[in-house]
Amino acid sequence: MKNYARGGNVPYRWEDPLFKGVTFLFALFILLLTLFIAFSLLVHATPAIKKFGFEFLWGTTWDPVSEQFSALPFLYGTLITAVIALLTAVPIGLFVSIFLSEFSPRWLSDPISYLIDLLAAIPSVIYGIIGLFVLVPLMRGNIEPALSNSIGFLPVFQGPFYGVGILTAGLLLSMMILPFIISISREVMLSVPQTQREAILSLGATQWEMVYKVVMPLSRSGIIGSIFLALARALGETMAVTMVIGNNPDIPLSFFEPGHTMAAVIANEFTEAASELYLSALIEIGLILFLVSFVVNGIARILIPGGVRAA
Amino acid sequence: MKSVLEVKNLSASFGPHPQAASHPVLKGISLSVTAEQITAIIGPSGCGKSTFLRCINRMHEVVHGATVDGDVLLNGKSVYGKGVDPVLIRRRVGMVFQKPTPFPTMSIYHNVAVGLRLNGLKKKAVLDEQVEVSLRKVVLWDEVKDRLSQPGTSLSGGQQQRLCVARALAVNPEVLLLDEPTSALDPMSSGKIEELLRELKKSYTIVIVTHNMQQAARLSDMTGFFLMGELIEFDATSKIFTTPTDARTEDYITGRFG
Ligand SMILES: Nc1ncnc2c1ncn2[C@@H]1O[C@H](COP(=O)(O)OP(=O)(O)OP(=O)(O)O)[C@@H](O)[C@H]1O
Ligand SMILES: [Mg+2]
Repeated sequence: MKNYARGGNVPYRWEDPLFKGVTFLFALFILLLTLFIAFSLLVHATPAIKKFGFEFLWGTTWDPVSEQFSALPFLYGTLITAVIALLTAVPIGLFVSIFLSEFSPRWLSDPISYLIDLLAAIPSVIYGIIGLFVLVPLMRGNIEPALSNSIGFLPVFQGPFYGVGILTAGLLLSMMILPFIISISREVMLSVPQTQREAILSLGATQWEMVYKVVMPLSRSGIIGSIFLALARALGETMAVTMVIGNNPDIPLSFFEPGHTMAAVIANEFTEAASELYLSALIEIGLILFLVSFVVNGIARILIPGGVRAA
Repeated sequence: MKSVLEVKNLSASFGPHPQAASHPVLKGISLSVTAEQITAIIGPSGCGKSTFLRCINRMHEVVHGATVDGDVLLNGKSVYGKGVDPVLIRRRVGMVFQKPTPFPTMSIYHNVAVGLRLNGLKKKAVLDEQVEVSLRKVVLWDEVKDRLSQPGTSLSGGQQQRLCVARALAVNPEVLLLDEPTSALDPMSSGKIEELLRELKKSYTIVIVTHNMQQAARLSDMTGFFLMGELIEFDATSKIFTTPTDARTEDYITGRFG
């Protein structure tokens, strides 16, 4: 009797080991590339690491003239803009994706979802232009005064209205990550089996009860994954942020004031960095950003179910 | 004898397309389901058995564009009457599907309690009691009482299906609809479900769709034979399986087609 199972009486094909070998080499190459990036960042950051030590992480001075460098203003700016972006984009994104997957008719949700995918593909410099010419005046003239009048007792919503600043950058980021959250969450929700929905409906659940008793619990890890993916994008976003944040290496109390982020400072000052130490400090910021994005992306990948992964 | 369900001239179709609307899946079905009996629905694949069940608890309209015509009376009141909330109808009619559908994110306990909680029941003592009663009814209590907090999906297929029956029974439905509840199960588990249904018949009204003719013959009091969306014959099970009136029924039960 012939055995056609793998390893049985199948004629030898020289293509198989070759193909295996080539794919293995490519996989290895990607791994090496990642390690190489981390390693070269580390090497070039070494002068700054040696000079400033851990002080680099919590010092607040960024003074190229006296060669005093520390990263806290940028860490703060990156973190706080990302938090503002998530706080605004996550609730809106969830509601939109619930609407698209559960409530809207197909003829409406299909074109909307298509548009949302298009939004995700717009280059960030375009968002920056919109931010600069539409969002900034709107912030200065309407939104910031309104916030100051209503919840101005919070110190973060006090002070002069600049237009450019941390809040503006956060909200622009929010617009940019919204398509990611919506398109992944919607797809995760759509992948909940119809049998599960019908099972809860047959017990007398309303549409909303179905959403929060069955659809959301089954989509939970995918939704959290989409949020981490959005976070990774927000942390690394450079062009649009630098156009509206004001590029001020400071830790202002008010969200209305200009700030700075890790990605923005690297992009802005890399060409001007004359001394080795200056350059090295920028690269150390790059190293921190690389590590943070790596971890956040990793978490997203673990959480989003295999079939739905977009990035 | 009291009739719990009164189906009157029921027609149903899928889709808003004129083509689908002119090809109804159910055509003028009328029958009545008697209290504390098992009514079996048999017929070849695609003849509209599932659709018929789903029209009774208004699940048919969950499919986008599906339409229903005619009426179903549940204990004398129209299910399709003006202003009748389908959600409330579904709370009065239990349904068990072909494949077991326990909720994977809920424990065994919560799988049974979820219907009660949808009804607004919150008291833990009452919930605990109802969960136990329901699980005992489906003879699952002894098997799961020590692992109530484990996910419903951790059970075997047969246990999962009994869990789904318990889930449907927990809210004390007026009718229990089962759509081929044993077709995904092994003979042992099927046997247990049948035994269970025979026991439940004492206090519940049951409508069961089945592909298994022996099962219909063993289990049911009344049998309806569907063919291409029409109810060909509806009569006492003993009559259907011994001296059917219609030649097509005879052809089907003797295995000449379907
Ligand atoms: N979602 C749907 N959209 C359009 N047509 C459908 C849909 N579901 C079922 N149908 C059609 O309706 C008819 C009846 O389907 P139904 O599921 O009620 O049959 P059934 O008797 O339950 O079959 P089976 O024994 O295979 O379960 C079939 O011809 C089927 O093709
Ligand atoms: Mg069916």
